[in-house]
Amino acid sequence: MTPGVLILIVLAMTIVGFILGRRRAVAMANREKVKLHSLPGYYGQTVALFVAVPAYVLLAAWLFLQPIVIENHISDLIPASAIPEGGARSLVMADVRRIANGLDYVVGKGGVSEDELASMRADISNIRSRLADVGIALGSDVKPVVFQAAKTYRKIGKTGSLLRDIAVLAAALGFGLWALWRVNPRMRARNTSETFVKALLIASSSVAILTTLGILLSLLFESIHFFRIYPARDFFFSTVWNPQFRGGSDLGILPLLWGTFYVSFVALLLAVPIGLMIAIYLAEYSGSTLRSFAKPAIEILAGIPTIVYGLFALVTVGPFLRDWIAQPFGIGNSSSSVMTAGLVMGIMLIPFVSSLSDDIINAVPQAMRDGSYGLGATQSETIKRVILPAALPGIVGAVLLAASRAIGETMIVVMGAGAAARLNLNPFEAMTTVTVKIVSQLTGDTEFASPETLVAFALGLTLFVFTLGLNILALYIVRKYREQYE
Amino acid sequence: MTDIADQSVSTAAATTGRSLLQRGEHAKRRAASETRFRMLGLVAVMIGILAVVGLLASILSNGVSSFFQTYVTVDIYLNPAKLDKTGNRDPEALQKVTTFAYAPLISAAVEKLIETHGIEIEGLKPKDAAKIISKEAPASVRNYVLAHPSKIGETVKFDLLADGRVDGYYKGRVTMDSAKLDRNISPERLELADKLKHAGVLKTRFNWSFFTAPDASDTRPEAAGLGVAILGSAYMMIIVLVLSLPLGVAASIYLEEFAVQNFFTDIIEVNIANLAAVPSIVFGILGLAIFINFAGLPQSAPIVGGLVLTLMTLPTIIIATRAALKAVPPSIREAALGVGASKMQATFHHVLPLAMPGILTGTIIGLAQALGETAPLLLIGMVAFVREFPGAPPEGFFDPASALPVQVYNWTTRGDPAFVERASGAIIVLLVFLIIMNGLAIMLRRRFERRW
Repeated sequence: MTPGVLILIVLAMTIVGFILGRRRAVAMANREKVKLHSLPGYYGQTVALFVAVPAYVLLAAWLFLQPIVIENHISDLIPASAIPEGGARSLVMADVRRIANGLDYVVGKGGVSEDELASMRADISNIRSRLADVGIALGSDVKPVVFQAAKTYRKIGKTGSLLRDIAVLAAALGFGLWALWRVNPRMRARNTSETFVKALLIASSSVAILTTLGILLSLLFESIHFFRIYPARDFFFSTVWNPQFRGGSDLGILPLLWGTFYVSFVALLLAVPIGLMIAIYLAEYSGSTLRSFAKPAIEILAGIPTIVYGLFALVTVGPFLRDWIAQPFGIGNSSSSVMTAGLVMGIMLIPFVSSLSDDIINAVPQAMRDGSYGLGATQSETIKRVILPAALPGIVGAVLLAASRAIGETMIVVMGAGAAARLNLNPFEAMTTVTVKIVSQLTGDTEFASPETLVAFALGLTLFVFTLGLNILALYIVRKYREQYE
Repeated sequence: MTDIADQSVSTAAATTGRSLLQRGEHAKRRAASETRFRMLGLVAVMIGILAVVGLLASILSNGVSSFFQTYVTVDIYLNPAKLDKTGNRDPEALQKVTTFAYAPLISAAVEKLIETHGIEIEGLKPKDAAKIISKEAPASVRNYVLAHPSKIGETVKFDLLADGRVDGYYKGRVTMDSAKLDRNISPERLELADKLKHAGVLKTRFNWSFFTAPDASDTRPEAAGLGVAILGSAYMMIIVLVLSLPLGVAASIYLEEFAVQNFFTDIIEVNIANLAAVPSIVFGILGLAIFINFAGLPQSAPIVGGLVLTLMTLPTIIIATRAALKAVPPSIREAALGVGASKMQATFHHVLPLAMPGILTGTIIGLAQALGETAPLLLIGMVAFVREFPGAPPEGFFDPASALPVQVYNWTTRGDPAFVERASGAIIVLLVFLIIMNGLAIMLRRRFERRW
């Protein structure tokens, strides 16, 4: 039975549970519904909850844990001698999984029966060519140990799935019957089901905590792994980034950080003045016609996915900058550059800065404007000398939030900034960022034991710490400022 | 009083030497600075609007042409001697005939086509003439034959894709000059294409297969389509909707209606605020480490993408739902409690239905964000080349698939410029979906929003 079918069966059982629970309550009260403690529906609801929730929780936990348990068990079956020189255990395990899947396929096609398979031995029957026939290519001939492990893998997997189906159905049936048996007119069904629902609500709200925990643990765990095989001092202070797939890589973060901050700086240099002026103009000067047209138009920019900006950088802005500015002045001939990524990212951040600043400018009390006008100041003087100083903490907060966005932005820099890690001041040169390198180190076939792959987690951790720090600082500043006027 | 006023006026007039009614140097400077500032603001607004227009115009101008494709109508004789040597139309035997057997049939058909229209081009080898047809054509003819074995031995009319360069010639990407330098096309073949167009056999028409066909390899951009990507994105959106809506609404109800202010709820609040600001790529790392490495889910599968996007969308939905719940006035709750409803009943029977339009609006906006998200999907392997359509759900959720934004990225990394056109076309499709979703959200808000 596949998990999908199992889910549907439990769903059907839930519906049946609801109907039975409701019926039983009504029947036990001799059809006089007044005698029931709760409305009849609540009896059904209680039974339904007891059928569905434990079964689904069990199923989710089982689906999550079964592969881990099996991997551990099988991994113990493979002796160290079966692991090729210079290879890793995880590669052999991948082979085991591939062979097991292939065997499933062979059996499914009717090429071999289960009994034949049990007596098959890797050294006699030619497994590799059989698997190749069904489209599963193996790098080398199958070792007997590996083949045995693959067979065990299949067997345990099958038993596990069978046990899972039985356990889930038993849980649904068991809890359902127990709840059904407890139904009687004096049972406080509403209170029971409401407590149950409240527990579910609490559980769903803790998903946020689990997510953060998951992020932190996965980043920390793999980063520690990385720092065990690569010295932390070289990672944080080396100025060379040069990953080699043969080993002996230089993985210094400094050129990546430099690229990240350079691109973000260019982006903020464009986005902050323009965004701020847009907010000021729309809040203080413009008539309602212009505002009702310009505000949504600029907010369109905020709803456009970053891949669109990336394509814009790649197809339009990059070639334009190269052909009209960089090459004529002889300052670079690459279409992907810090300037390309920075300008496009700046455009992306304009609506972000302008809508945040708009809120902040509107939050400055009218009395302060009136006071300034009363003293004879012009509108621009009021804005420059009264509103902006009053709104400054909020604007600083907005800029910090924009900066955190710029640092974490991925697609624009992947498509616009280039892949060469260098420490350079020329904005028309291609440079690379932390996010670009996370993508390039983690896409494609990845082997989770080499420092070249694990470095991505250390980069991710650095990125997470930077953006989190900026966000907390920004929220702190904004919150502190809000308290002043409210 | 008048005396004093007079005095001050006269002293002011005395110091500046001019009447108050005339603008002095200082006042002029202030007025000029006012105008400058105002202009600056107007320029900023114009830059903003220009950016929107420029962005959209660039994408549209690059991408619209991908909705049209050049086809050649050819009569192909399905030679039984080549395709079915046994002569008994055995499906198994037909399966064994590869596309290599079909290519000569197409060559022959093109030669015949040139003959019937009396086209003669100097320097064009007959062998090269068939290269104006896409490399995908043998496969599509083969698929037709496998579906209709009875047609073997007959002459059938096919609409075959023209080669990507020929198609590019009619879209302005390839010129006679560039063709001279290109190994994959020659000016003679373009001349042939022109003559065929004149004869009415070569046509450029709307390209439906762009929406339905799967991706194609590097050498045949003309056959690449968005089918798998659209299906993969749809699967992920289903998963995100099914998981994040109930979870998000349940979490918001707890936080807004039941939670007491304590350490636990404080932690949740801080967490949600922070999750909303975590860079999307970090969620990709989470997906790779937890869902793929730890839990052993398959790479490139919509289920993993859906789970990662669910976690990303949750904060958006929770924030929107809490705002919607907060907007329901307390009098509604009090009235329900007053007539004897429990707190749970008041929430689920009265507050939640009233907050529903706001919740749905927030959910749609969250889904739209998730639809355009690319970076985390790159890390969980969605960037792989997938030609097979995923199966029907729920098993199909575990099959490899692509996603719309990832397909765009994938195409931009290929060598042939024809793929950039496809990428822009795919962006237009993505934007159309986003416009529909956002339009729906705005409509919901307009229609059902209530001011209390």
